Amino acid sequence: MNSMAMVGVQAAVLGVLGYLGGGLPAALMLIAIRLLAKLVTMGDPDRQPGLRNGALFGIVAVLMIYSGMSQGWNVALGIFNMGLISAIMALGVNMQWGYAGLFNVGIMGFVALGGLGAVLVGMPPVPDAWAAGGVRMLAALALGAGTIAAAVVLWKRMHAGKARGLAVFAVLVVGFVLYRLLFDGAVDAIESVNPALEGYLGGLGLPILIGWPVGGLLAAGAAWMIGKTALGLRSDYLAIATLGIAEIVIAVMKNEDWLARGVKNVIGLPRPVPYEVDLQQSADFVERMQGMGADPVVASSVVVKLCYAALFGVVLLILLWLTQTALKSPWGRMMRAIRDNEVAAEAMGKDVTRRHLQIFILGSAVCGLAGAMMTTLDGQLTPGTYQPLRFTFLIWVMVIVGGSGNNLGAILGGFLIWFLWVQVEPLGVWAMDVATSQMDEGSQMRATLTEAASYMRLLTMGVILLVVLRFSPRGLIPER
Amino acid sequence: MEPLNALVAFSNYVLIPGASYGAQLALGALGVTLIYGILRFSNFAHGDTMAFGTVATILFTWLFQGWGLHLGPLPTALLALPFGIATTAVLLLGTDRVVYRFYRRRKAAPVILVIVSVGVMFVMNGLVRVVLSVGAVFLAPEGQQDTRGTDDVNFADGARFIINARQFKDMTGLDEGLAIRATTAITLVAAGIAVGVLFWFLNRTRTGKSMRAFSDNEDLALLSGINPERVVMVTWLIVAALATTAGVLYGLDKSFRAFTYFQLLLPIFAAAIVGGLGSPLGAVAGGFVIAFSEVTVTYAFKKVLGYLAPGGWEPDGLVQLMSTDYKFAVSFAILIVVLLFRPTGLFRGKSV
Repeated sequence: MNSMAMVGVQAAVLGVLGYLGGGLPAALMLIAIRLLAKLVTMGDPDRQPGLRNGALFGIVAVLMIYSGMSQGWNVALGIFNMGLISAIMALGVNMQWGYAGLFNVGIMGFVALGGLGAVLVGMPPVPDAWAAGGVRMLAALALGAGTIAAAVVLWKRMHAGKARGLAVFAVLVVGFVLYRLLFDGAVDAIESVNPALEGYLGGLGLPILIGWPVGGLLAAGAAWMIGKTALGLRSDYLAIATLGIAEIVIAVMKNEDWLARGVKNVIGLPRPVPYEVDLQQSADFVERMQGMGADPVVASSVVVKLCYAALFGVVLLILLWLTQTALKSPWGRMMRAIRDNEVAAEAMGKDVTRRHLQIFILGSAVCGLAGAMMTTLDGQLTPGTYQPLRFTFLIWVMVIVGGSGNNLGAILGGFLIWFLWVQVEPLGVWAMDVATSQMDEGSQMRATLTEAASYMRLLTMGVILLVVLRFSPRGLIPER
Repeated sequence: MEPLNALVAFSNYVLIPGASYGAQLALGALGVTLIYGILRFSNFAHGDTMAFGTVATILFTWLFQGWGLHLGPLPTALLALPFGIATTAVLLLGTDRVVYRFYRRRKAAPVILVIVSVGVMFVMNGLVRVVLSVGAVFLAPEGQQDTRGTDDVNFADGARFIINARQFKDMTGLDEGLAIRATTAITLVAAGIAVGVLFWFLNRTRTGKSMRAFSDNEDLALLSGINPERVVMVTWLIVAALATTAGVLYGLDKSFRAFTYFQLLLPIFAAAIVGGLGSPLGAVAGGFVIAFSEVTVTYAFKKVLGYLAPGGWEPDGLVQLMSTDYKFAVSFAILIVVLLFRPTGLFRGKSV
């Protein structure tokens, strides 16, 4: 018993050490970044914002370049590309939170809908499935939508009373039964078409780049439905409603195999950029790379990643220009006025709920666009991998740390936090490995501690969020 | 036509599971609604608080099992529950001291507190997994020591059934069996006791009354000499007890898994809002409304209708309104309907 207690104490100490090993560098990095930024502006953040922001972005660039030199350019570009996508998501959330003060915790759902949009546009259609049940499925969906529309119209047109309740209820019940009759058969027919590889309707077979705005539109549609019901009520209700819609979107995408194969995943999405294999087989490319002294295999994958980076970078720049222009326009000033004092803005004749709905839809559409881009980058849609901690709350950390209300801040936060999220885990595992190097190679404790280190990034992100909220609530690049 | 069999099947698959799930949700929603009433924010860390309480209880359960302590037919976890609650209470009071108090003093906007609770949620989420996987090495029984933070943990021991399907069939001579699991009975009894004690406390004791006063009108309460820090402390203690009990009961009934507890957040919030945020009575009612709707909508009624329908009219399909994967959609749909037609909830929320 005594020796076990000893081991326990030892393990606890090692655990703390290991955690510090993982969490501290991240925290230290943030503090160092702040100090550096302070040095540049000599303590006054408003004196030379341009210089300060340049310094902050420079630090992130140095981090990326350092990781490229130590871990390889493929790794660094991978982080950079996801950083670009994270920055776009953070921009979308910043529009909702920073401009208008709306608390959206359903980002995961909008991102997933964007990914669905990419699949529905980019994948080739499955003619057999369309022949088997395509028309019937469309009819079922139309009937479902029609039922709901009819119920809404009845509710609005009829006078309040028992008759209205009964009529709406009857329409809904009859509509549901008919819908299920049509729908179930269509699902069976579609899913039985070559289930190992297809079993779904496929997409439109258009260039996948068209899927990006379509993904944004899908997300905007979902946002409209949520915003219509939950905006204008207490601020917490929007949070709960978005939390719910995100879970439901994921549930639908996991279970409706006819739509996008559910957890069987759609793989092999067409790409907007060349394939590595084609590059490697092109004599011209190989020759050129060898001329530069690079290994053609590595170079091909670097080039592909660079192409993606260019595409994403263009999208990010366009969005940044749009959001900055919007923020500086009368519309942006109105939004911030509403955020800071709803009552006063309403007294000035602004329709607060309508404006909120507008910006909620816009921000969600940006998240959907980012989701479509991410699915394109991955080349596959995997509904099982969408988790709220990663796709909702991590984006929030990005926005808060970067600086809510500032578009540049959101972008900085997107890059920085994504970098930390990727790097803290190996750092923690490494630190734990060093901390436990005294223990037996095969001991259970060592294995457990090393494995536990991989949960540390959740803890680290939480601590970073809490520390920033407390000591620097305006973030790294504060709103101006 | 066999209405008795239909009734038994309905009770077995809908009524009894719905009741125990409802009791668990009600306890969770009570915690959310209390925090909302007193501290005035929606606590997103509540699911993870429940998970932490459950993990603490699991570790004590393993410890007691290692010592050879048992409660006979009852699960050892009940013995460990007070210790789990105490551990959770320490964690919550510590969190309040380190995190929430700062914002309370500044009278920060509720939405800021919500975001802060998201940060706390992250921390607790990581903590739960680390504590579970490290604790398992020392305390878990043989064969479970390599439990990982994301694993399913089943910690229910003692009797499994009060009455199982075969016994019931033998007793009554019906075709359809009715099984009452021990955990179901424990859930209902424990939840009943917890709710009873809570309502007695809120309505009859001086501290409870001061809590309700604080919730109704903070300024007036302060003027009458109520110490806000004490009210807040008592609230966190009660929340620790409710969350841990809810989590342990849910874990006994199903099994413990960190991620599931996070997902419980949605039905729990739905329950609290449907009942009316801030209203304890509403939270209990909301819990059962959500639970019964979820179970009813996702249950395949083929069997029940088969007993009820006249010969030859038995349904061919499953007669299931929605697949069980969509149970979240049910809580969500109810939530939306309530938000649309009665935003303050069934019990006109915002008063403890």
